[in-house]
Amino acid sequence: MSSLQLKDLYDGFRDPDVIKGYQKVIATDAQKLSRTINIMEVCGGHTHTIMKYGILQLLPENIKFVHGPGCPVCIMPKERIDHAYVLSQQPNVILVTLGDMIKVPGSNGSLQDARSKGSDVRFVYSPLDCLKIAKENPDKTVIFFAIGFETTTPMTAALLDTVIKEDIPNILLHLNHVTVPEPMRALISDEACIIDAFLGPSHVSVISGSKIYEEFPRDWGKPVVVSGFEPVDVMQSISMIVKQFIENRCELEVEYHRAVSREGNLKAQAMVDKYFQKVDFRWRGLGDIPQSGLGLRAEYDKYNAEKIYDAVLPKEEIDDHKLCICGDILKGKASPPQCSIFGTACKPTSPVGSCMVSSEGACSAYYKYGNLI
Amino acid sequence: MTKTITLAQGNGGEENNDLIKKVFYKAFKNEILERSEDAAVIGNLAMTTDSFTVSPLFFAGADIGKLAVCGTCNDLAMMGAKPKYLTCSVIIEEGFEVESLERIVESMRAELAINGAVVVSGDTKVVPKGSVDKIFINTTGLGEIVQAGISSNNVSEEDVILINRDIGCHGATIFAAREGIEMSSTLRSDCNSLYPQVKALLDAGVEITAMRDATRGGVAAVLNEWARQSDVCIEVDEEKLPISDEVKGICEMLGFEATALANEGTFVLAIKKGSAAKALEILKSFEVCAMASVVGEVTQKYPKKVILKSPWGTSRFLETPNGELLPRIC
Ligand code: SF4
Ligand code: SF4
Repeated sequence: MSSLQLKDLYDGFRDPDVIKGYQKVIATDAQKLSRTINIMEVCGGHTHTIMKYGILQLLPENIKFVHGPGCPVCIMPKERIDHAYVLSQQPNVILVTLGDMIKVPGSNGSLQDARSKGSDVRFVYSPLDCLKIAKENPDKTVIFFAIGFETTTPMTAALLDTVIKEDIPNILLHLNHVTVPEPMRALISDEACIIDAFLGPSHVSVISGSKIYEEFPRDWGKPVVVSGFEPVDVMQSISMIVKQFIENRCELEVEYHRAVSREGNLKAQAMVDKYFQKVDFRWRGLGDIPQSGLGLRAEYDKYNAEKIYDAVLPKEEIDDHKLCICGDILKGKASPPQCSIFGTACKPTSPVGSCMVSSEGACSAYYKYGNLI
Repeated sequence: MTKTITLAQGNGGEENNDLIKKVFYKAFKNEILERSEDAAVIGNLAMTTDSFTVSPLFFAGADIGKLAVCGTCNDLAMMGAKPKYLTCSVIIEEGFEVESLERIVESMRAELAINGAVVVSGDTKVVPKGSVDKIFINTTGLGEIVQAGISSNNVSEEDVILINRDIGCHGATIFAAREGIEMSSTLRSDCNSLYPQVKALLDAGVEITAMRDATRGGVAAVLNEWARQSDVCIEVDEEKLPISDEVKGICEMLGFEATALANEGTFVLAIKKGSAAKALEILKSFEVCAMASVVGEVTQKYPKKVILKSPWGTSRFLETPNGELLPRIC
């Protein structure tokens, strides 16, 4: 990959003049609003952008953000992390997962702790990296602890596809993929919901298309703007949402035209459908959400670590620490500084709840960047 | 602190500081150690030690041997000392190729010459396969202080903050090499001996308050240490931070911040405002310092904190990196 192409991805989307321009437009338009509007950014990536680039400092008082459930790391309930921990301790197992997952505390500790006690835990940037690890360790079983939203799911499906086609004997999957629309639906079904509009994550829609959000303006009266992750993207999207309110519209709009279509990537969707099916999933902080997860189809049981290691995996559901209000944060009912142990007992170096663990987490973002405001 | 040591505790960031404070400083407590400088000052001598454990051993721009000499000599240079005598102690894994060892030692020889330093004592241990990762090198250095009084405890509002070159190259290079990311061939470690640059500045009479090479923990860790040690606020203009397109690219791709990436030939300077222009001119006369830049100022706005100001008028704290930001790189 050449660095020039990479630069094209963000160059221009951090242009100070454009950002300041949107700041003015939003300020002018927001004066026409009759009330405060609460925008929920569904995805932790947006939370991160908003905090890191100081977006809140650029917005008028009557535009507020509610931080949503959108980080695959933080929504992982403890019992699933315990699964990973236990799997990593099985003889001749290499447990592989993606970045931040390694730091999330389960009830016995994190995968990082498991590793310091001798487990072979590795992180990769792409699920396909498991192929190399499996080839280099023919006498070991590589278990991929798969996490992520619609964005990363196709890569996990592609891994399984290769494993089957090339008949690779030593790779298993432990699936923890979740999908975005179901928790959004769960949140706005809650009577106490204060969300007026959504910022939809563009990377999810690159795969699944913008169509997955059509029900929100249509059936629930909540506008959605599918937004990129650069500061210019977010500012433009906020401006689009404000315009909808002052013009009395309620629509699904796409800010991120660079790569989002209505249908999305059909090939990736087909690959996912072939191997995975919708299942119920328990979200940390939000509880059970029907059909919000993806599991392996029964015909692929022989690749399912959860089935194969069933006897050793803990079954009990474990709730968060009593003082942790991750659940309310995920629901948009509270903001991180309202947690009584925020920044004291709970810090990125000693996280109590998952929102502090992932670098995309709301608590972590507030801790790192949010203390000026 | 955790019950067992984690990789995060060697990251040069918060957990690392915590471990050092709670275990080592507690036991070794003394005045010299507690000044927490790059090298200890004992009379007109400076002394420092460092162990090197990089993987891969050979990478674009350097290898573990060059690193082992630069790292220690640079710590001396940062105290205004000329590197003179080094020790070299190696722990080698059984099965290591002699040819690689010779290449590493040759790199060390070449780099010692640049510093005008010599190895005067050494030690070699060979351990069974699996006990270490190929080769670990420890170097200890003794230098003669040319300019006394340089200290990261003295940064004040009379100073401005400079960086000698573009940041993050070493960390990004090692990362790219590890992960097999093919980047444009111009991405190289900044691994380099800094004494020549320091000498040029001192010879020209630049008034240096503090210098520190931004190794593990990167520029962010250095600035935070200074802010804490000197009880000042350091305000940095994000726009002025020198970062190459290649490093920006790696950071974008992997979600890192260049300010947290390790360097091996990049240092941060606090110098008297009046000396800034001269310092920039001298630094820029070195080929590798073409991007040298004044990046910020010292104020009292938020003492002990570093503020990063965006080009669109927002600001945030720049924290000491924490967590296992990267796999261990040195
Ligand atoms: S500060 Fe920690 S304990 Fe409190 S809500 Fe956030 S993650 Fe949970
Ligand atoms: S850390 Fe928690 S609140 Fe933040 S994005 Fe992730 S799930 Fe959402």
